[in-house]
Amino acid sequence: MIDIGLGHYLGVAAILFTIGVFGIFVNRKNVIILLMSVELILLAVNINLVAFSSHLGDLAGQVFAMFVLTVAAAEAAVGLAILVVFFRNRGDIAVEGVNLMKG
Amino acid sequence: MTGEQFFSEIPLLAPELVLAVGAMALLMLGVFMKDEAKAASRVSFLTVLLLVAAGGAALFLVPAGGGTAFNGAFVFDPLALFSKLLITGAAALALELAGPYLKAEKLARFEYPVLIALAVTGMAMMVSANDLIALYMGVELQSLALYVLAAFNRESQRASEAGLKYFILGALSSGLLLYGASLVYGFTGATGFTEIGMAVAEGPSTGLLVGLVFVICGLAFKVSAAPFHMWTPDVYEGAPTPVTAFFATAPKVAAMVLFARVLMGPFGEMVDDWRQVVMVIAVLSMAVGAFGALTQTNIKRLMAYSSIGNMGWALVAVSADSLTGLWALLAFMTLYVIGVIGAFAVILAMRTSEGMVEQIEDLSGLAQSRPGLGWAMTAVMFSIGGLPFLVGFLGKLFVLYAALEAGLWVLAVIAVLISVVAAAYYLKVISVIWFKEPKVSFTAAPVGVSLIAKAAGASTVLLLPVAAVLFIHARTAGAALF
Repeated sequence: MIDIGLGHYLGVAAILFTIGVFGIFVNRKNVIILLMSVELILLAVNINLVAFSSHLGDLAGQVFAMFVLTVAAAEAAVGLAILVVFFRNRGDIAVEGVNLMKG
Repeated sequence: MTGEQFFSEIPLLAPELVLAVGAMALLMLGVFMKDEAKAASRVSFLTVLLLVAAGGAALFLVPAGGGTAFNGAFVFDPLALFSKLLITGAAALALELAGPYLKAEKLARFEYPVLIALAVTGMAMMVSANDLIALYMGVELQSLALYVLAAFNRESQRASEAGLKYFILGALSSGLLLYGASLVYGFTGATGFTEIGMAVAEGPSTGLLVGLVFVICGLAFKVSAAPFHMWTPDVYEGAPTPVTAFFATAPKVAAMVLFARVLMGPFGEMVDDWRQVVMVIAVLSMAVGAFGALTQTNIKRLMAYSSIGNMGWALVAVSADSLTGLWALLAFMTLYVIGVIGAFAVILAMRTSEGMVEQIEDLSGLAQSRPGLGWAMTAVMFSIGGLPFLVGFLGKLFVLYAALEAGLWVLAVIAVLISVVAAAYYLKVISVIWFKEPKVSFTAAPVGVSLIAKAAGASTVLLLPVAAVLFIHARTAGAALF
């Protein structure tokens, strides 16, 4: 039986964060997946914050996590709204189609 | 915190309260007015007044000397005052420029000024942030409004693509910033800048360093510094022109001041660690700005690269990490904002009978067809490019002085060399204006727009004798951190 400590939580958060960042740069298919990756990054941060908060015995981290959750919800709403506008103009949401402007 | 203490701290937030309450009230006014066009122009006018009122509140309503509120999460000091005045001023001018364009493009909706007011509230929070949570809330309040503004032209494919790109990369940068903030919190045990500063002074740890680098990356995205600049040209080109004018001014000031406050405040003790990172970002930005702009044909894209390059200059001032550095940063940003507002006023005047044009070629012979605008564009291009001897040159000279004073002479030499390359494209625009035959004929520019263009152009010369006043105020503001 291993003791699960701060390092394990930070490890999980770091892995989730990396998956999120890679999801944004490697994904070529669908913009929705980009939004999911962004959420993944924010949730990784929340794991970090709560783990540190519990480790330090300091509540500020958990308060911070609540703020992050709230903002993440607002961000998803704005992101989806922009995506809907984009879809209406273009008819699809493939990442490869986001290429009108270059240089 | 007792109730009495809470209420005694409220006056410190006067500008933010004016903005936030005003924005909500104007939103209601817009929703309940029957006539859409009338609602748009009225709300727009009232928002300009609101921005001026917020600047006034920062000057007159906040108790002299400022202070901190909310257990130190929010600070009002001369630095915050200076930046708030600059931000509200720039936003008011950008909004004033927007009116005729939005009307002509059938975009005149009351949401536009309300979103600007909300974004400015976020920026006012950013420059006053003294805590990681306050920093994040300010950045997000600003960004969420800006994403929507970028996609404000719902019918345009380009605008919605610009909005989408800005959103994805902006959200990624907020994620990086936040991940860094969580590490900083974990390794110092505090979110307040003062406490973080004390923990940093005791000796930095590796985790703290990693966190700091993530925070720097997140902020570099927001100021569009290379190598995090990819979104800038596309967003500048795709977004409606008045939105671009706004993007290039107020948010850059807010993010730059925040950058300086974070690095020179709590992380001041770790200067040897972050200075190299900031210097690399500064050199890359200046280089990308100079070389990227050379091949551009679209004036808005050119302004995007110009803004990347100038942010590189601002970061040179940040890396000096001294009173002179911050002082130079504030003076430089003020002069930069004046120039950019002027340049965008001219770009907004580029309207033919068929609609807006935005190619550099379309400026051909502007000096003949519209001498006023031609002179104005020449002056602001000289000033933004830092060519002698307009006020923009003074700003850059001062930044160089700060770098030399801090012993960063290699950085100063690189900055000068790159600015020689950058001068080429500013001169290219000027040569198109003066030495080419007029190709297209512009319709008469709206009075406000051409007035702002000429005033900005004239100020590049007229400010020279009074620049000392600006510099004195910038110094008072900079002294807040040192």
